[in-house]
Amino acid sequence: MLIKYIENFLRALGKPLVGFVSRLGELSLFIIRALYNCATPPFYLKLLLKQMVDIGFYSLPVVALTTVFAGMVIALQTNAGFSSYGAESAVATVVLIAVTRELAPVFSGLMVAGRIGAAMAAEIGTMRVTEQIDALSTLSTNPYKYLVTPRLLAGILVLPILVLIGDIIGIFGGYTVAIYQLEYNAANYINTTINELAAIDVITGLVKGAVFGFIIALMGCYNGYKSRGGAQGVGTATTNAVVASSILILIFNYIITGMIFTK
Amino acid sequence: MKNPKIAVKNLHKAFGDKTVLDGVDLEIASGESLVVIGGSGTGKSVLIKCIQGLITPDSGSIKIDGFETIGAERKDAEKFYAKMGMLFQGGALFDSLTVWENVAFGLIENQKMSRKQAKEMAIKYLHQVGLSADVADLSPSELSGGMQKRVGLARAIATQPDIIFFDEPTTGLDPIMADVINDLIINSVKKIGASALTITHDMASARKIADRIAMLYKGKIVWQGTVEELKKTDNPYVIQFMNGSSQGPIKVEL
Repeated sequence: MLIKYIENFLRALGKPLVGFVSRLGELSLFIIRALYNCATPPFYLKLLLKQMVDIGFYSLPVVALTTVFAGMVIALQTNAGFSSYGAESAVATVVLIAVTRELAPVFSGLMVAGRIGAAMAAEIGTMRVTEQIDALSTLSTNPYKYLVTPRLLAGILVLPILVLIGDIIGIFGGYTVAIYQLEYNAANYINTTINELAAIDVITGLVKGAVFGFIIALMGCYNGYKSRGGAQGVGTATTNAVVASSILILIFNYIITGMIFTK
Repeated sequence: MKNPKIAVKNLHKAFGDKTVLDGVDLEIASGESLVVIGGSGTGKSVLIKCIQGLITPDSGSIKIDGFETIGAERKDAEKFYAKMGMLFQGGALFDSLTVWENVAFGLIENQKMSRKQAKEMAIKYLHQVGLSADVADLSPSELSGGMQKRVGLARAIATQPDIIFFDEPTTGLDPIMADVINDLIINSVKKIGASALTITHDMASARKIADRIAMLYKGKIVWQGTVEELKKTDNPYVIQFMNGSSQGPIKVEL
C-alpha cells in the first residue's frame, strides 16, 4: 500500500521532469542547428531584409509610444520621490539611467515579443501544420535557412537599433514632462543629461537589445516549428512564444544588469 | 524486381507506444506508378515521408537507385532527395508567394534560374496542368481547392523529378475534378518519365493511375498486385476495403 503510494508519487514527479528535460534538449538542438545554419551558405539576403523591415520599421510606433510614456512617468515619479532632496538635478539623471539601461530595452523587447514573436510562431506554425515546411524540404530548400536564420539574424541586428531610438524618445519624454509640467529650467536639464550620459549605459541597453532580439526570434521560430495539430496547435504555439519570450526577457534583463553593474 | 527505383525493406517506425510502420516491404520499378491504398491512420503518409527523408525510421532499409539512404550522410542522401517531387494533400503552397513563384520555387532557389526565365517556365507548367497565365500573379489563397491542387502538381513537376509522390491527390475534390487530376497525373508523370508513388483511399483514382497497387494495413503490406489482379483477388482485406464495408478483418479503432 505504502510502496504503491510512493511509486505513484514518484511517477507523478518524474513525468513532467522527463518532459521538461526532453523539451530542453529539443530546444538546445534547435539552437545549435539554427546557429550552424546562420554561419553556412546559402544566405537569403532578401528574406533577411524583409524580416528586418517587419521587425524594425513596423515596430517603431509601438516602441516610440511605450518608451515616451515610460520616460514621462519616470520623470513624474522621480520628482515626487526626491522633492525633499532637490529633485531638479535628480530627475534628469534618473530618467537618463532608467531609460537607457532598463526601460528602453525591456519595453522594446516586450512590445516586439508581443508583436513579432506571436506573428513568427503563427506564421511558421501554420506553415508546419499545412505541410509547407515539408514542401520546402521536398524542393531541396533547408527550412532552417529559409525560415529560421533570417528571423534570428534580423532579431539580433534590429532590436539594438530599436533600443537606441527608444533611448532618444524616452529621454525626450522625460524632458517634456520636466520642462512643461514640472517647469524645470531647460538649459540645466539638458546640461545634466549630457554630463551624466555614459557610454556604458547606452551599450548595456544595446547588448540587452541584441539578446532580447535573439530570444524573441528563437522562441517564435522554435514554438512555431514544433507546433502540432491544426489551428489549436498554432494557437498554443503563439501563446507559448509570447509568454516564454516575455519571461526570458525579464530574467535575462536581470542577469545582464547583474553582470555589468555589480562590482 | 531488377534494379528497382525505390526498394523499401522491413521498415519500422513508432511514435511513442504507437507502432505506425511494422515491417513494410515495397519496390517500385523505374517509370512505374505504384498506388498504396489503406485506411486513415495506417501509416501511408509516414511511409512516403520516410522515403523522402522527412521522417527518420526506427529501423529498416530504403534504397533509392540502389543507394541506402538510411544512416547515410545527409549531404550524400540530399542528392537523391533533390530528384524527388511531391504533391501534398492540402497543396502546401507557400502563401507568402504568388502562384508563379510557387511553381518556379525550385527553379529559382536551386537551379538559380533568372526570375524572368523562371516565370516563363512557370507559366508553361501552369498551361500543362490546364491553368491560364492569368492566375500566375494571384496569391494561392485566391484559388479554389482544385486549382490549388493543379498548382501543387505544376510545382511538383517543374523541377523534372525522377520520382513523384502524390499524397491523396483527389481527396476533397468533386468526382469530375478528381478525374481531371487523375488524367493530369498520368499525363505529367508519363511526360517526364518519372516513377510515381501515390497514397490514396479513393479506389476509382487508384484503379485509374496505378500500374500496381499495394494495400497497407496496420503498418504492413497485406496485398500487392496489378490492377487486373485486383479484380480477381480474394484477399479479405482488399475486398472489404473495395466494398467499403465495416464488416471484415479490418477493424476500425474508434
